[in-house]
Amino acid sequence: MTAYIIRRLLYAIPIALGVSMVCFALVYIAPGDPLQTLLPEDASAETIEMVKKAYGFDKPIPVQYALWLGKVLTGDFGNSIASGRAVSEELFKALANTILLAAGAVAIAFSLAFAMGTVAGYWVGSKVDRFVTGVAVVGVSIPNYWLAIVLVIIFAVELNVLPATGMGPRGSDTFELLTWDHFRHVILPIFTLSMIPIGIITRTTRSCVAETLNQDFVETLRAKGLVESQVLLHVIRNSLPQVLAVMGLQFGYLMGGSILVETIFTWPGTGFLLNKAILTRDIPVLQGTILVLAMIFVATNLVIDLCQTAIDPRLKRS
Amino acid sequence: MIENSTSNALVELKDLNVKFVSREATVSAVNNVSLTLKAGEVLCIIGESGSGKSVSMRALMRLLPERRTKITGEISVAGKNVLELQGKELSDLRGGTVSMIFQEPMTALDPVYRVGDQIAEAVCRHEGCDREMGLERALELLELVKVPSAERRLKAYPHELSGGLRQRVMIAMALSCRPKLLLADEPTTALDATVQIQVLILLRKLQREMGMGMIFVTHDLGVAAEIADRVAVMYAGRIVETGTVQEVLGDPRHPYTRGMLASTVHGNMRGKDIEAIPGNPPDLRRLPTGCSFAPRCKDVTASCSEALPPEVFMGGGRMSRCLLASAPPDEPKSMAPAI
Ligand SMILES: Nc1ncnc2c1ncn2[C@@H]1O[C@H](COP(=O)(O)OP(=O)(O)OP(=O)(O)O)[C@@H](O)[C@H]1O
Ligand SMILES: [Mg+2]
Repeated sequence: MTAYIIRRLLYAIPIALGVSMVCFALVYIAPGDPLQTLLPEDASAETIEMVKKAYGFDKPIPVQYALWLGKVLTGDFGNSIASGRAVSEELFKALANTILLAAGAVAIAFSLAFAMGTVAGYWVGSKVDRFVTGVAVVGVSIPNYWLAIVLVIIFAVELNVLPATGMGPRGSDTFELLTWDHFRHVILPIFTLSMIPIGIITRTTRSCVAETLNQDFVETLRAKGLVESQVLLHVIRNSLPQVLAVMGLQFGYLMGGSILVETIFTWPGTGFLLNKAILTRDIPVLQGTILVLAMIFVATNLVIDLCQTAIDPRLKRS
Repeated sequence: MIENSTSNALVELKDLNVKFVSREATVSAVNNVSLTLKAGEVLCIIGESGSGKSVSMRALMRLLPERRTKITGEISVAGKNVLELQGKELSDLRGGTVSMIFQEPMTALDPVYRVGDQIAEAVCRHEGCDREMGLERALELLELVKVPSAERRLKAYPHELSGGLRQRVMIAMALSCRPKLLLADEPTTALDATVQIQVLILLRKLQREMGMGMIFVTHDLGVAAEIADRVAVMYAGRIVETGTVQEVLGDPRHPYTRGMLASTVHGNMRGKDIEAIPGNPPDLRRLPTGCSFAPRCKDVTASCSEALPPEVFMGGGRMSRCLLASAPPDEPKSMAPAI
């Protein structure tokens, strides 16, 4: 297993490098000269030269990439064009805020969806199954920006029990999850973000469990006298690799922070940050954020992959 | 309890019927099957594909999907009325009193559990011990079924074992709680010829040593001749002939049995599959009113398709469901080579 882990880690390196190249190339892929975004329109030729030098644009592109990568590896993503502050500072603050929402959504969606999917898959065709499948379909088909707005209208505007925006009472700097005044701000965003993962994971779990139950070995389990709860445990373990794959994907999406949901709730997370950076063409922020999110995605895949192989050793061979 | 007092049989099936009910059709997979098995006896069930052998075995352990299956009649195993068992009682019976070995060793084991744990699980379930003791017993069992380097194999996953070894693991698991009855549903069909013989010899040896009753399903008349005390021939969900192995294979009284035997050369029955008798078995959704073999039978008479031929008993547990069964005993013998 250790050898396998090392091999998978080595495989992840070229992927990470590829991702970093794409992020670096963002400066050039984005329409317009990167200098244009940095400089006022009436900048003198001298200033242009100076900025070029300062940002290293006068060097060949591979050298620029190497220099940029070297800095990134030490956690230096440059400075935001819009605010002038270090990108890393803004980025990690936003990331922490998004993680807060993502963790909540993961905890709720994954446990609920897994439980509902298992029950529905075990009793395929029953009333419970039809109800759960209905919930799952609703979950995946409601656009979450629409749901966010409806929730705001109901709970913030009409009933006035939950706040519509922000992370805490006005003027508070830190976020304390355990106090109601702060906690009430996460309820609507987490609920909104949970809907799609609930739908997708429920459906996957249901079909995996139902499919596994039809396999021959389940009959062997019953024939050796296991009671249904023990049989179900085997079935769940067999379904887990596929379910984990979908969970990993959903976790990745949640970490990216939903631009629409975070914008509606003015939640200062990565989605919000990306939105702002796109509007202000703040390339360093975009580069840094996308790179870090992509790395989280790569790392998630790696972890899921290792979990899957730990559960089902047949996967190790391929 | 009542069943127990009437006989000392290990298994007693009375008028067993299994129907699969769906919206489109009702499949009568097993029809009016009655049979008995004494403790320590080996009964072979032979018959073409689709004749209801596996369904009967599964019915004995109530392994058929409850919702779509209608089982009627009586099943008693070791004095227990199997059709009335519920929940824990039923799962106590499974693997404790009755065990089953399946045809496909490739898919019958859980792919994500180590084989040692799978055996230990069965042991712990019935003997209430912890995992460590279960694994110790699993090791003993793997040695009993002659798995080489058993200690290492304990930690193997099913995909790391060959078909023969997997089937040995299945046997070890089935024997783990010293069942009184072993159901073997074509346990060697999926294996290579040489491995088949090894597994067969092992099974027979263990059956004798442990004094288990065994019902052995097979297509292979040679296997039946080798392992069985008694034989039951199934056709279209019915037992058409039973008797000792010498009687049934040496002096068949049902045209279907004769047809099967005709295709095997004398003295060389091993490895011979039941060869095709012209025609097809009847549609189990619409069984004919008369003898279900009549459309394919060489000796068919007008009365054959009028009503279901009664079971004709010829003494000593010998039975044939054929109107011509009570013909002079030398007649079938002289007919056999002619077919
Ligand atoms: N769950 C089920 N639902 C509907 N029909 C079934 C089901 N299981 C079996 N059957 C039908 O019952 C009949 C008997 O099947 P069974 O598996 O007992 O045959 P078999 O004698 O074991 O054949 P083989 O030698 O091929 O294993 C077949 O026609 C099969 O299609
Ligand atoms: Mg079968």
